[in-house]
Amino acid sequence: MTTTQPSVSNGVNVGALLDARAALVDAPEAAQFKWRATTEWVDGTHSQSTIEGFFGLGEEQTHKTTFSFSADHPEVFASEDHGATPVELVLVGLASCLTAGVASVAQNREIQLNSVKATIEGDMDILGILGGDPEIRNGFSGIEVNYKIDADATPQEIEALVAQSQKRSAVFDVITNPTNVTVNVN
Amino acid sequence: MRIPTVVIGAGHAGLAVSHGLAARSIDHVVLERGEVANTWRFERWDSLRLLTPNWQTRLPGLQYDGDDPDGYMTMSEVVEFIERYSLVNDAPVQTHTPVETVRRSNGGYEVVANGQVWECDAVVLATGGFNLPKLPPVARDLPTDLVSLTPLQYRNPNDLLDGGVLVVGASSSGIQIGDEIRRSGRPVTIAVGEHVRMPRVYRGKDIQWWMDRSGLLDERYDEVDDIVRARHVPSPQLVGTPERSTVDLNALSAEGVRLVGRLSSIVDDTAHLSGSLRNVCNLADLKMVRLLDTIDEWAAENPLDDGVGPPERFIPTYVEDAPPLTLDLTNGEIRTIVWATGYQPDYSWLDVPALDRKGEIRHDGGVVLDSPGLYRIGLNFLRRRKSSFIHGAEDDARDLTEHLAGYLGSQARSVA
Repeated sequence: MTTTQPSVSNGVNVGALLDARAALVDAPEAAQFKWRATTEWVDGTHSQSTIEGFFGLGEEQTHKTTFSFSADHPEVFASEDHGATPVELVLVGLASCLTAGVASVAQNREIQLNSVKATIEGDMDILGILGGDPEIRNGFSGIEVNYKIDADATPQEIEALVAQSQKRSAVFDVITNPTNVTVNVN
Repeated sequence: MRIPTVVIGAGHAGLAVSHGLAARSIDHVVLERGEVANTWRFERWDSLRLLTPNWQTRLPGLQYDGDDPDGYMTMSEVVEFIERYSLVNDAPVQTHTPVETVRRSNGGYEVVANGQVWECDAVVLATGGFNLPKLPPVARDLPTDLVSLTPLQYRNPNDLLDGGVLVVGASSSGIQIGDEIRRSGRPVTIAVGEHVRMPRVYRGKDIQWWMDRSGLLDERYDEVDDIVRARHVPSPQLVGTPERSTVDLNALSAEGVRLVGRLSSIVDDTAHLSGSLRNVCNLADLKMVRLLDTIDEWAAENPLDDGVGPPERFIPTYVEDAPPLTLDLTNGEIRTIVWATGYQPDYSWLDVPALDRKGEIRHDGGVVLDSPGLYRIGLNFLRRRKSSFIHGAEDDARDLTEHLAGYLGSQARSVA
């Protein structure tokens, strides 16, 4: 990579990412990652999840610290509301993935970001999960993300950042395309 | 038989190389599996015309000289043009000589074709980039009672069953085939992934005129940021018609074609479509605006022909509020599926370790890596943005024959 100091800093080391891409194209087996979480039932609809290790670059890796998340359902579901609902965590996953993408793409395109705020909403007809209407799906009927971005760029360049971040987003792909899911009991 | 150079393929690119070799008095043969311009002759659908206007159709030593410079050649006109090129050059073509193997031998290469064995120092692969359809893995899961066609098999709508057609892919092939099938009266659904939108005519001039004059088509492979990406950009949504019409997704929607998201999987005879339709359309709209901005900036700084109009902007691609996410493939609404998902070269006869793990040839601007004396011409962005067009063979053939001549010279010196 070039060693010239970039004039723009969004705190993303794009050089390292591009170097990694170049290295992984030649060593595709190192690009095989496994992401993991462990979830334990606490009580009622409340569960506690921890995230610690993952596999990648050919070996086991660990996060700097163990992350812990509570999930539950709100009182209108007759639950105790000890944490966000799992579907809200999905929205967090999408918005944070897209936002990381916006920052990375902006850095790569040498666009200085001043502030980025995403508001995300998922529409859901809960008759689906309640089994009240077999025609209605359990999941979201649609998701809308609204960005407010202040950056040293034209509105068109900002729009292109957001479009490109969707194109490269793992969670956007997970949500917009089907994935085989296998659930085992051991 | 011993000969310095074997060129494989007598299409426009192979013949352009032959022209360059002849100019340097390099003895060679052009081996052609079928007829001159075989692919253009036998492997394209009936209505296809070149995506480049006639004035742009030129090869080293031959320029279009007809009376319709702004028109687009039909396939039979392309075949005629390339045949004429072969004749005026008196190119040493052996037709009906399919190559069975190319392998290394005695510091050079051995080419086995139709029972003959050619020993040579250099081989130029001019075998085209569109030999085989590139089907996504999901094609394996198609219900067996649907008719499945690739653009290499498709000829015209009359050959199709009555009933609906799903066209997978919205690049040049997909929009052209979808458009004419829709005009035949059949319901058409197009599954749209990443694509490149372009108007046929911009400010009164063919979009190729702008790309040509502004130098965009001459951009070199060693000048772009990301050549891997540039080489895999889908072909733009262009069509050559006498009316010079633009067939973009809005035009297709207006004809009643239904746009859906990229086909991501088929499970239990149901097609699952990506929820990314809005974003891929938005990306293509933004990219088109960037291209038009680049053209306008160039136009502001350069003298223009008479008849150039003012800058234009086009309506963003219309996407319905909630495009369907599934299609039932067994309810009879869709009878035929056309896989306009791209093409790939056939290297099954190439017994030289020159391919990467994706089966693509490893090359530096057409000079095959780690295989001295082996060359490739006629691939997307081989050396320049225009490399995949007929006129792109002009500069590429000149550069590669120069390199090849240097290589043969160095071989001769090392032997002496």
